Amino acid sequence: MRIGVPLESLPGETRVAATPKTVEQLIGLGYAVFVEHGAGRRATFEDDAYAAAGADVVGAEVWNTDIILKINAPTTAELDLLRSGQTIVSLLSPALKPELVAALAERGVTALAMDAVPRISRAQSLDVLSSMANIGGYRAVVEAAHEFGSFFTGQVTAAGKVPPAKVLVVGAGVAGLSAIGTAGSLGAIVRAFDARSEVAEQVESMGAEFLRIDLGDAADDAPSADGYAKETGEDFNAKAAELYAAQARDVDIVITTALIPGKPAPRLLTEEMVASMKPGSVIVDMAAANGGNVAGSVADQKVVTDGGVTILGYTDLPGRLPTQASQLFGTNLVNLLKLTTPEKDGTFELDLDDQVQRGMTVVHEGEVLWPPPPVQVSAAAAAPAKVAAGTEVGGRHTGEVAKPTDPRRKYLWMALGAVAFGFIAAVSPAQFLSHFTVFALAVIVGFYVISNVSHALHTPLMAETNAISGIIVVGGLLQIDSDDLVVKTLAFLAVLVASINIFGGFAVTGRMLEMFRKD
Amino acid sequence: MTLNVVSAAYIVSAVLFVLSLAGLSKHESAKEGNRFGIAGMVIALGATIWLVLSRSSNALSTLLLIALAMGIGAAIGMWRARSVEMTQMPELVAMLHSFVGLAAVLVGFNSHLEVGSASDTVHSVEVFLGVFIGAVTLTGSIVAFLKLSARIKSTPLMLPARHWLNLAALVVSALLLVWFVRSHSLVPLVIMTVIALAFGWHLVASIGGGDMPVVVSMLNSYSGWAAAAAGFMLGNDLLIVTGALVGASGAILSWIMCRAMNRSFVSVIAGGFGQEVVVGDDVDYGEHREITAAGVAELLRDASSVVITPGYGMAVAQAQYPVAELTKQLRDRGVDVRFGIHPVAGRLPGHMNVLLAEAKVPYDVVLEMDEINDDFPSTDVVLVIGANDTVNPAAAEDPTSPIAGMPVLEVWNAKDVIVFKRSMATGYAGVQNPLFFRDNSQMLFGDAKERVSDILAAL
Repeated sequence: MRIGVPLESLPGETRVAATPKTVEQLIGLGYAVFVEHGAGRRATFEDDAYAAAGADVVGAEVWNTDIILKINAPTTAELDLLRSGQTIVSLLSPALKPELVAALAERGVTALAMDAVPRISRAQSLDVLSSMANIGGYRAVVEAAHEFGSFFTGQVTAAGKVPPAKVLVVGAGVAGLSAIGTAGSLGAIVRAFDARSEVAEQVESMGAEFLRIDLGDAADDAPSADGYAKETGEDFNAKAAELYAAQARDVDIVITTALIPGKPAPRLLTEEMVASMKPGSVIVDMAAANGGNVAGSVADQKVVTDGGVTILGYTDLPGRLPTQASQLFGTNLVNLLKLTTPEKDGTFELDLDDQVQRGMTVVHEGEVLWPPPPVQVSAAAAAPAKVAAGTEVGGRHTGEVAKPTDPRRKYLWMALGAVAFGFIAAVSPAQFLSHFTVFALAVIVGFYVISNVSHALHTPLMAETNAISGIIVVGGLLQIDSDDLVVKTLAFLAVLVASINIFGGFAVTGRMLEMFRKD
Repeated sequence: MTLNVVSAAYIVSAVLFVLSLAGLSKHESAKEGNRFGIAGMVIALGATIWLVLSRSSNALSTLLLIALAMGIGAAIGMWRARSVEMTQMPELVAMLHSFVGLAAVLVGFNSHLEVGSASDTVHSVEVFLGVFIGAVTLTGSIVAFLKLSARIKSTPLMLPARHWLNLAALVVSALLLVWFVRSHSLVPLVIMTVIALAFGWHLVASIGGGDMPVVVSMLNSYSGWAAAAAGFMLGNDLLIVTGALVGASGAILSWIMCRAMNRSFVSVIAGGFGQEVVVGDDVDYGEHREITAAGVAELLRDASSVVITPGYGMAVAQAQYPVAELTKQLRDRGVDVRFGIHPVAGRLPGHMNVLLAEAKVPYDVVLEMDEINDDFPSTDVVLVIGANDTVNPAAAEDPTSPIAGMPVLEVWNAKDVIVFKRSMATGYAGVQNPLFFRDNSQMLFGDAKERVSDILAAL
């Protein structure tokens, strides 16, 4: 089948849905790839590079292919280029643009939304929201550093001491974590906040301080089943606002990344908070496209408040790194096509029973499939595991729980054993008892001698005990002198096989021990 | 006088055997331990042979007979010991166990034949138990040997009502014991021997291949108890002491293995593990990612710490030599390379250690699971070579998994995990491994030996 990669028509779009590298991978999956003239120009991929990778560089015929790979949703003009039976894969925001979904259905196409990938572990390799958010988080810090009048890192120089910048990152999703990492590596003091307290560990692993809200009574902090943040409760919001107000007065840079899918962005920083910030502070509002987390932010604009605070509302942060962004987006698309091309023969087969593919499919052959059924596999498996461990006590837990009730029972059994042994002993000859004494003591010695054996030596130990248990040869030797021919023969055999043990066991133990060496 | 000297010799050899096992618990003293064991055996044999000859009416022919039997045994034993491949060590050990079982059966029958109907109750019971344990050890070890050498399938044999069969065998044997004690007839002893042989066969046949480390150490224990039982019937303290030592050591090892798999000893012995796990396994874990040998070499070049976790697959592929070479090259480059060994990796306790030692990997970089588990988060690359169930995160995270709660090597905490594997097939427990689908895992398919050699070439 043929794949078409058109030039992005959205003004300001710098990315492209395939790079020469991903074109090679697509061809490897058995597809023929057509790239529109100049499609990769703004991402520094020239037509020649595509041609060298095996693609056909064409004009408007690019729309004449079976599968269209795009970054942005098709415009009205582009919709008219689509024909029935085609498949289009791009960002679609189906929840926000029902009219686009309807228009696609009308054309009889199949449309996959790259921004509707279910958030489950195995779908991560095709999740463009993650890969773009990662770039966006990085770029947000770079933009902030560009506007900020000081160093990020603290220094003591001959010209005086430079204090480190303090950065607050709100929302510890992929973008937030990426921003934390970038700001941290520039030397800033980084703090982060997220309504989901379970991400604290991730934040701390990136080297930032996780700010906590004391809610007293543990609020409902369970992660949502689909792995995205949920809207938060009243009480929580009030406490969070206090925290933002306190932090706003202290920090130099604020980066907000709070987004709830399909909803307007929550307002986190009010006008007063922005006003309370030091002059020269920078705010990057990564949610500006959806209304913004910060009062006064304007999408795609740099705003300087009267108080001297710069608010950046850029919505094209990933596009500001077009080369890298195209590469990651392109790889996400390749991973999707790997999933839908199981035979690697260039045949696109959509498997609607697969929840990843089902989740992304907005329109299938003209039929609207949005919204998909809710995903049941949780991105954060911690919560179900917790519940399960609490309700049905499994495996190891039983052992640990059962133990404390044991001692009295154990003593009872020991007492019963002693009594039973007493009865047996009472009717046994004295000789048996003396042998039994030896036996019991030897067992105990055995337990203590062996129980601290080094694990690495288990095999030699076993070979050694094998050799030693060949001592049963003594029994055969004592019987071999018998006058009874049957006994003599059996004893001969016993001595023979036991000797194999003795000699084989010792020899192989020696051979193994020779091999163990230290540097 | 003779008897006193022999008793003294027996005490000395018993002490030497204890010292031998104690010595084998540490690397530094292990060789000395083996020498103590040999010395104890020489003393015990010398004393016994002297005792037999001094009693014998025809000393020369008896001596010749002993020399012939021991000569043949020694020749076979030494030949096997020299020719065995280290990867076949489990088979050899299992085979040696069967000999102890056979000897115990023979000695038991002899002991009964010699005394005959003059036997008292205690002696009859001793003979009966000795033969029973010996027979179970004999056939059990033979089945273990056959399974380990892949001459029969290692999947558990699932007879209907297998637990009842086992119970029936025990009950019938107990009834036969009563008959035997009353009549001193050979018939119940022979019937019981046949039942015990079948019982031993069935016992091990119904245990799956993944539980082999436990089975082998369990049979080790049985062979010890068989020797101890022989000691009781002959009234020989040396046999009792040695048998008890071996029996206890085997029991301890079995217990260590069971703990390493988070299984109760009874459930392993009762068998049938790996059967009911198919349920709930249709969870789709998604796509795994592949990597090339060159890609692995790239990762290793940039790594500062590497952990290798080998499993039975390394033994099968005979990959220990290239792995050792890889270790050496990386260490020469200043990379911190260590090995993490799960207690039940391989088919014999400590199997991996022996293989690595054979390939001259210094033992101080070969660590146990507990020693290395905390270090995985700071590890750059983990190479999982032929291991599966022992690195399965489901054991730690999925309470419904059949291997839930089994302590595992937490390799998934490392930055990158490379899994060497022939295919996507499941391990011995029959459980799918979510590790392969993790974002930081990449699969390197093919023969482990060839792939490691490819990496060496790419380095």
